[in-house]
Amino acid sequence: MEERRSPLLFTFLCVGIAFLYIPMLVLIAYSFNASALVSVWGGFSVSWYVELVHNRQILSAALLSLEIATIASTLALILGTLAAIALVRFHRFRGRFLLTGMINAPLVMPEIITGITQLLLFVSMLKLFGWPNRGITTIVISHVAFCTAYVAVTVQSRLVSADRSLEEAAMDLGASPWRAFWDTTLPIISPALISSWLLSFTLSLDDLVISSFVSGPRSSTLPMVIYSKVKLGVSPDINALASLIICVMGMVVVTAGAYMRRAERIREQDMQKAARS
Amino acid sequence: MLPTLDPIIKSALAPRRGFLAQSARWLIIAPPLLFLLVFFLVPFGFALKISFAEAALRIPPFTEVWSIGADHHLHLTPTMANFRYLLTDEVYAVSYLYSLKTAFFSTVFCLLIGYPMAYAMARASKGTQSVLMLIIILPFWTSFLLRVYALEGIIRDGGLLNTALLWLGVIDHPIKLMRTTFAVYLGIVYSYLPFMILPLYATLEKMDLGLLEAASDLGSKPWRAFFDITLPLSMPGVIAGSMLVFIPAIGEYVIPALLGGPDNPMIGRVLWDEFFENHDWPVAAAVSIAFLLLLAGPMALHQYTRARELES
Repeated sequence: MEERRSPLLFTFLCVGIAFLYIPMLVLIAYSFNASALVSVWGGFSVSWYVELVHNRQILSAALLSLEIATIASTLALILGTLAAIALVRFHRFRGRFLLTGMINAPLVMPEIITGITQLLLFVSMLKLFGWPNRGITTIVISHVAFCTAYVAVTVQSRLVSADRSLEEAAMDLGASPWRAFWDTTLPIISPALISSWLLSFTLSLDDLVISSFVSGPRSSTLPMVIYSKVKLGVSPDINALASLIICVMGMVVVTAGAYMRRAERIREQDMQKAARS
Repeated sequence: MLPTLDPIIKSALAPRRGFLAQSARWLIIAPPLLFLLVFFLVPFGFALKISFAEAALRIPPFTEVWSIGADHHLHLTPTMANFRYLLTDEVYAVSYLYSLKTAFFSTVFCLLIGYPMAYAMARASKGTQSVLMLIIILPFWTSFLLRVYALEGIIRDGGLLNTALLWLGVIDHPIKLMRTTFAVYLGIVYSYLPFMILPLYATLEKMDLGLLEAASDLGSKPWRAFFDITLPLSMPGVIAGSMLVFIPAIGEYVIPALLGGPDNPMIGRVLWDEFFENHDWPVAAAVSIAFLLLLAGPMALHQYTRARELES
């Protein structure tokens, strides 16, 4: 196996990774630029970060986005996990084909189509039932819809590979199916639950296109505010905001990944110990 | 009989039960099924209906397609005008074709760059593989919008790329990169590359390397072995990765809007403008429906490969 490693391929891999990371690193570097001119380096400064804290428009948009992302990813976690359980555990039921389609299609559906169709649904519903008014409710519903798909797909692949013998053993020992699932399979799929919640959270926090369609007049999310500023060109305070988001997200993902790998190792060791004893 | 043995004996005697009773199953199936039905599938029905309406100055800004009149009869007043308009105004045909072309070549570029990267990853040691995997996934976890913005900082007129090219002596005066076709391709490849690499890596990593050794033992050249063995075996990854890049890239809005110029009339931009600038909702609905029909083929392929993947 070793001799198949070619230095040329590895160089290519490193160049590819550099391509993915250099723009972000340059952005972070320029967020500490004292000069307001984007092409001139005026020395090190944190003034753009300080300015960010006093920008009420950005702060309130950020709070709104965090609120939406928290609610949407939690609801999507519940719905998506239920969908995954249904698809993996129940082999035949009415609507199985439909459910499979509806959790795979949002992953590749162009956002602009999802946005337009959902907006048309919301305005028609508003006319028929007087609900929902465009705003935070409609944004949350739209985000739950596409995040559910991501959760379902992630949890599904984990659930397929989960060993069911423990759960069956628990049931043989008299545990109810719910109890057996809760005590044995849920811990096994919990890494997938954590990572899919996080993924939903970042996808919701980042969504521009769908939110732009379904939001109301006074519900501008953070990406909408960023986009309206970015359209006018590169601006230093957005550099600071973007660096902050990229770094925080990066750290959260790396920490969560490391934590889950550790938990996984401990679990495996425990299983081996249990098997030996 | 000892009470503790009771459940074991009972379960041994009982026929093998399923996971849950029928009624309890529906408690699990119904919430996601109904939610997605109402908020993902039904919207397409509304879009279809409104694509047969006419734009009007009211709220919501379109006419009714059907109504129940004073005589209690259903009155249907659909119009084909929107679809006729799509066929007559060449903006739509041009932008459809342009989007298909852009998505196709972006996918090819992603494949050409992503395949060697995935191949190198799959041949690394196990420990390195998981680190590399994290490095490739991480950008996807941060922010799509902000990454496109970060790219703008590189390719703008006084940006890093121009500075580097000037310094290397490749060019003698800054070249215009922003608002060009090059910028759009670069943006799509930059944003979607992880989607191409991950499925490719997943299939290449599972590959039995003994096959390559056997080929080499039998005197096959490495290149020959690659085209005869590795490439065919990695086809599921190639197809999955290509679909994950190609389909969303056709409808991409943010990248052409931020990095592209007037020469890049991608369908996502046309739709956005139809909606937010012309406020013609029925035409936008008709464009969405027509667009969706064009996507049906690639989407069915994606669905099919996903289903096969889960079975194996």
